[in-house]
Amino acid sequence: MTPASPLASAVVFHLGAVRVTRPVVTTWAIMAVLALGSWSVTRRLRAEPARGQALLELLVTGIEGQIEEVVRRQARPLLPLLGTLFIFLLTANVCGILPGVQAPTGRLETPAALALVVFLSVHWYGVRGRGLRGYLGSFARPKLIMLPLNVLSEITRTFSLMVRLFGNIMSGEFLIALVLALAGLFVPIPLMALELLVGVVQAYIFSVLATVFIGAAASEDS
Amino acid sequence: MDAKVISIIAASVAVSIGSIGPALGEGRSVAAAMDAIARQPEAAGTISRTLFVGLAMIETMAIYCLVIALILLFANPYA
Repeated sequence: MTPASPLASAVVFHLGAVRVTRPVVTTWAIMAVLALGSWSVTRRLRAEPARGQALLELLVTGIEGQIEEVVRRQARPLLPLLGTLFIFLLTANVCGILPGVQAPTGRLETPAALALVVFLSVHWYGVRGRGLRGYLGSFARPKLIMLPLNVLSEITRTFSLMVRLFGNIMSGEFLIALVLALAGLFVPIPLMALELLVGVVQAYIFSVLATVFIGAAASEDS
Repeated sequence: MDAKVISIIAASVAVSIGSIGPALGEGRSVAAAMDAIARQPEAAGTISRTLFVGLAMIETMAIYCLVIALILLFANPYA
């Protein structure tokens, strides 16, 4: 018995001519859960926090502190993008542990979309941070001859961001499916525990790398 | 040998040889980070964050090999 190909994803239903695949549906569900959860926690904020609000404050200030340590500037403008990215990735990587749910980051399109978001926001924050001339000029540093290499590295690092997330999550799922097919029902449980750890670490790494790229594009001294 | 058999052999060779280099690199970097933390325990937070990011970078090489192996096995353009 061979597991299904990890490069294709199952079509759930058709929306006109658009095929809606299973990772897309899972992503919508995660978005709904996160949005509803955030809305319900932030609806009644008080000066002395209850349990849910304390957890939320811990998470937000923790992410803000991490960003501040990397970019060494005010983290507030970057917090909405990077904080959301981290929380979404954490949920998406870990949700594969639920029965019947497939992690959407284990298919190529979700990491590709996220890496594209990071790629575009690097340029957005770079142009905002030091102006169009200054940002475009930074590609010709330290010498003009480095220009093609700098442009190439922009593309390859986005690509590796995508492939790293996809490869890690997908290989874990694939391994669990193989062991399940070969060995039996309860054997892959240690592997699933390892896969939880990998999911958290990969969410952290993706967010830290996005922070590093955006911080380097926006700062003058890189 | 037909293209399918060659692809299967090539996939296993890609993964097995391609994971040697990242394994050596990750071992060296973890050893260096251990050394640095032992010398300067107060910098452990910064060192381990940099270590994780670096390990992710190194690990990408092995993941590239894995992706190539999977393309050969599941989305082979020649077989």
